Order: sequence, then structure tokens, then C-alpha cells
Amino acid sequence: MTTSVVHTSRRPSSLAERPEHSADSPLSIHAMTVAYQRKPVLWDVDYDAPPRALVAIVGPNGAGKSTLIKAALGLVPRATGLVEFWGVPFKHVRERVAYVPQRESVDWTFPVSALDVVCMGRYRRIGWFRPVGQAHKRAAMACLDRVGLADLAHRQISQLSGGQQQRVFLARALAQEADLYIMDEPFAGVDAATERTIVQLLKDLRDAGKSAIVVHHDLQTVTQYFDHALLLNMRVVAAGPVEQVFTPDNLQKTYGGRLTLLSEAAEAVARAGINVR
Amino acid sequence: MSPASPQPPTWNEILRVLTFQGGYNTNAVLAGAAMLGLAAGVVGVFALLRRRSLVADAIGHATLPGIVLAFLTAVAMGMSGRSLPVLLLGAALASALSVACIFAIIRYTRLREDAAIGIVLGVFFGVGVVLLSYVQHPGNTGGASPAGLHHFIYGQTAAMRAGDAFVMAALALIAVGVTAALFKEFVLVTFNSEHARVLGLPFTLLDGTMLALVVLVTVAGLQAVGLILVIALLIIPPVAARLWTDRLPVLVVCAGGLGACSGYAGAAASALLPRTPAGSVIVLSAGSVFFVSLLAAPRHGVVATVLRRITLRLRIAGEHLLEAAYEHSVSRRGVSTLSSRSLRAMERLWGWPVWMGPIVVHGLRRKGHLRRTGDGYEITGPGVVRGARIARNHRLWEQYLRTHADAAPGHVDWSADMVEHVLSPALVAELEAELLAAERQPGRSPEGSPA
Repeated sequence: MTTSVVHTSRRPSSLAERPEHSADSPLSIHAMTVAYQRKPVLWDVDYDAPPRALVAIVGPNGAGKSTLIKAALGLVPRATGLVEFWGVPFKHVRERVAYVPQRESVDWTFPVSALDVVCMGRYRRIGWFRPVGQAHKRAAMACLDRVGLADLAHRQISQLSGGQQQRVFLARALAQEADLYIMDEPFAGVDAATERTIVQLLKDLRDAGKSAIVVHHDLQTVTQYFDHALLLNMRVVAAGPVEQVFTPDNLQKTYGGRLTLLSEAAEAVARAGINVR
Repeated sequence: MSPASPQPPTWNEILRVLTFQGGYNTNAVLAGAAMLGLAAGVVGVFALLRRRSLVADAIGHATLPGIVLAFLTAVAMGMSGRSLPVLLLGAALASALSVACIFAIIRYTRLREDAAIGIVLGVFFGVGVVLLSYVQHPGNTGGASPAGLHHFIYGQTAAMRAGDAFVMAALALIAVGVTAALFKEFVLVTFNSEHARVLGLPFTLLDGTMLALVVLVTVAGLQAVGLILVIALLIIPPVAARLWTDRLPVLVVCAGGLGACSGYAGAAASALLPRTPAGSVIVLSAGSVFFVSLLAAPRHGVVATVLRRITLRLRIAGEHLLEAAYEHSVSRRGVSTLSSRSLRAMERLWGWPVWMGPIVVHGLRRKGHLRRTGDGYEITGPGVVRGARIARNHRLWEQYLRTHADAAPGHVDWSADMVEHVLSPALVAELEAELLAAERQPGRSPEGSPA
């Protein structure tokens, strides 16, 4: 299991044994185990995200990709494990981290506009008991503009397409002006224009010195969109720069027999001359 | 109270009560009931959006054992069993306990929310009924009279004094004030609780506060509306208002306003007809507004929805017919008539109900796309242009589905939306090229934007 693993998996027994770059790493996970009921979902995960990089979390369904980021953010209880952002606990650096949940996790018939949702990204800055002021609305508007939705700012969110809804979520994360963006399947079920917008946005963020950790389901585009990858299947199979970890061997280990089926299907489709994308 | 007079109140009396000239006590109750309705509407919006309607129902029913136990406790301690704050405190404690039970059942058993609510609601209310029958025996209460406790079940504003109304209004005011202060936070927690937690908002505290406000409004409304119907006052105004608006601030204001009007109307009716339980009148007035909204609301109402559906169906049918007529004329090289017989055959083929054909044909004739001739109908010049556009649009959509279906936007109305309105110009050009390569272009393809 460890032969081709780039990231050496070790459990630190004391603080002194932590990896050197821990304080620079936007997200370091040490020996994290997560279990729903009695069944473990993530087992002994060790991972240090590189700074100023775009990281894809890749793995089959049920591999614990979403659980990994939810447990790191404290949304799901951890059985054991230490999680730090830039070397300190999450509660001290909340404003530096923006989270983009799965689009399906909210009720899109909720009676708010796109701009209202983006303004929610500014709530920490606005503070308690105060309404959303004009300056914050302008900032939110600028974020909507960055994702190309300024025209639809006042539209009720149920009247947006799936891709537009995803972009609203992205704009909300931008409105937080964070340094680390954690996204759960932002490319799931979006149109081509939205996919391009998201990719461009991720690259802009990285160029501005930010980091992004993205749960990603499309193996075809991982090498194209991301710098680093974390191959996950309950445990960390491999982690590191995409060109190093994205090997057939590692993918085989991550997906087991399922990948073979997938790739065979893809090849068959390609042979038949059907344009898949 | 006094037996109701058999004759109905005169207009003069009605007007007097409605314009706050019915005496100090009546005025206080009217204002208190309106305030209660306002609070219920405002708090109910969040209960509805957070899908807590049934939890609110359990909260209402669970107050009964709390009221009776508070009465018994007060009597046992030698106090008057009729002290309203004591009874309401008992009600609040019991309903808080019921909420705790519901969440404990959901958390620690395999039961789902509906079953948990059903169990808790039933058991608490059952205990309350048993306790109520126990206190009806004078021997059980040391002679203290439990008269009036049963008013809490159905509500009876006629039995309220001004002081009771002030307690009700004060509790309602607190609920509205807390909601106003925490509005932004409530919205976030209700819309996306995970995001709220990542931002560092105290999610459990805020969520618990929303539930506590439901308890507060329920307890405040016990005397006026009664514990069975208070759920209706919490839910009906927000649901009715939701039909009219998609904006949350407007929704809260409308729901509060509707609740206030209902409370006022119910209390007034109860003042005029002392035997009428106010709760039912309050709920019925809110219910009638809901019924009207359900039918008449501009976007989400039943009438609007049905009309929209029929219009869309007729438009699709008309476009199909025009497209067929156009292609018929192209394939026959200028023979542009469509006989009545072939028209009927097409209608059968498309599975149109009998009433639809004449309406569709009439619509196309009014637009000048079809013209009546001896044997049937003839496609006109504008009809040919329109038919060509429709045919091209359908081909482009088909091509789009064939090549880009994995990224298809979900909201496209395939028949009615022109590709140019939904897709980018570059993509339309790409589709055109693909179509040209795949098959010969159908007819002449009018360029430029639609009229």
C-alpha cells in the first residue's frame, strides 16, 4: 500500500514530530479518523496541503471526500485527529477560510436573491445585530460580477440555472475574502460556461497567492485544472503534485476494479466515435 | 360567561368594537390579539422555512400537561391556581421538554422526525387530558376551582381581562424584537446551516432561539387562540404570504400583517359573539386569506399556474403545427395548403384532445400565419418565415442535445426558448456549423435576432 505513495504517512507522536511546513500549510490533517455510527468513513488520514496551490481531492463514491473537508471544518465530529489551518486551530483563523458546500445541500426555493446569498459571505465582517450596509452590498455585487452574474443579482435563486447557482455560491466564498477556499464538488452538474468561469477563478486565486482544496469527480480534467492531488479511498492513497501522483498504479489503488470499468467504457465510447464532451 | 343573546349584534355594535370603542377591556384584548398575530406571522416564517411546522404543533399540544401541573403545583403551595404567569411558565417548560424529547428521539433512535413528533405530541397531550380530568374533581385540588383551564384548549378571548392581554402583547413584542435583532443570522442559519457554522456563528444557540420563539408565541397565544389551533396561526399567514412574494423581508412583513389582521378579526368576533371561540375565528380568517391567495396569487397561485400551463401547451402545439405546415409546403414545393383531413390526421397523430385543434388554428389565423382556403388552411408569407425559424430552432436544440447534453442547463423550455436567448452566440455558431455538416440546412435560415 505504501510503495508508490509520494506522501509518507506517519503519525506524529508529539508536536515536535510535526512536518516542518505545518505553519505554512493552509490545511494540515494529522491522524484523523471519522466514523458514522460504528463504520469508519475515514481512517487515519495524514495530509498537509501545499501553500498557494490548487488541490483536487479525488476518489470513488463513498471514499470520504466530502467527509474529509467537513470533518476538517468541524461540521462532522472527528473520532480522533488533529486539524490545523496555517498551524493553528480553525477557530482562530475562521475569516481566512471560505467553504463552498455542495449545491444540493440547500433549498434553492428559499425566498432570497442571488445578492442576498452573496452578502451572507460578509456576515462575519458585518457583525451581530446589524443589517447589511451599502458598502457590503457593493462588495458582494463586485463578487457577483467576477462570476459573471451581476445582471441576475436581484433574481430569486430558484430562477437560476444549476451552473448559475454554483456561481452564486462561489461569489459568496469570494465575498469572504479568504485565503483558503474549500469547495465540495463545484463542477458537479454545471454547464460549460460555468466550468470555464470556475477554472479561471481558481487560477486567479492561486495567482493572488491563495489556496484552494476542491473535491473533484472528473478524472479527465484533474491534471488540467489542478497542481496537486489527494487520492482518497477511506485512507490517503497518494498525495502530491498531480504529475507525480496521477499514475495508473495509484488510480488503480484508489478506484480498485471500478476504474477499470470506467476507463473501458470511456475507451469503447471513444472507439465508437461519439464525442463525449 | 353570560349566556349569549340569541339576536346577532347590530352594525353599530360591530363598528364600535372594530374601531376600538368597545371599552377598555375589549380594546386591550383586540390590540393584544393583533400583536400576537403579528408575532406568530413573523416567527412562523422561520418555522416554516426551517421545516419546523410540525414541531410547532407538538409544542402547542405539549403545553396542556404543563398548564395543569402548574395549576396543581400552585394550589399545593397555597397560591391561587389562576395566576396567569404561573400557568404560562408551566406551559413553556412542558413544551420545551417536548422539543428536547423530539430531538433526543431523532438523535438516539432510528425513528424519523415525523414519528418522533407524533409520539411526543400524542403522549404529552394525553397526559394533559388525564391531568385535566383529575383536577375536575374538587377533592383532588383542595377545593380550588380549575374553572377556565379548559379555555386554554380552544382559546377564549371573551374570558380575558386587560391584564391578560398585556401579558400576551408583551410576550409577542419580545418575539418580534428578538427576530428583528437577529434577522440576518436567522436567515443564514435557516438557509444554509453548514455555512453558518463554518463562519463561526453559534448555530445551536441561534437554532434554539428560533425554537424558543415558537414556544414563546405558543404560550402567549394559549388564552386567545388555544393550544390546538396556535399552530395554524404560526403557519397559515407565512404560507399565504409566501404565495405572493419571493423576497424574505416582504414575506415577513406580509405574514406579520396578515397574522395581525387575523388576530384582530378573531378577537372582535369573540367580543361580539361571546360564545364564539376566538381561536377558530382567528384561524378561519387567516385561512380564508390563504385560500384566496392560493387561487389568485400572481405567480404561485393555482389560477396563474393552470393558465401558464395551458398557454404553454397551446404555444407548443401551435409551433408544431406551423412547423409541420412549413415543412409540408417545402416538401411539396410551394403547395402551401393543408387540407382539413390531413390536419385532423396530424392532430390524432400528436394526441391532441378534440378541443385543442380549433383553438390552435384560431390562434395561428389571428397571428396571420394561417389563412382559410376552400378545402382547408394555407400557410401565409409571415407563416413561412415563422415556420422556418421554428424549424431551425428545433434542429439547433436537437443538435445541442446530441453534442452538449451533459452540460444542458436544466431550465430550458425547449420549445418556447430560442437558442439565441439561452446559449452564447459562439455556441450557436458552433451548433450551426455542426448542423450544416451533419445534414443539409432545412430551408432558408433567416439570420439575425428575432423580432
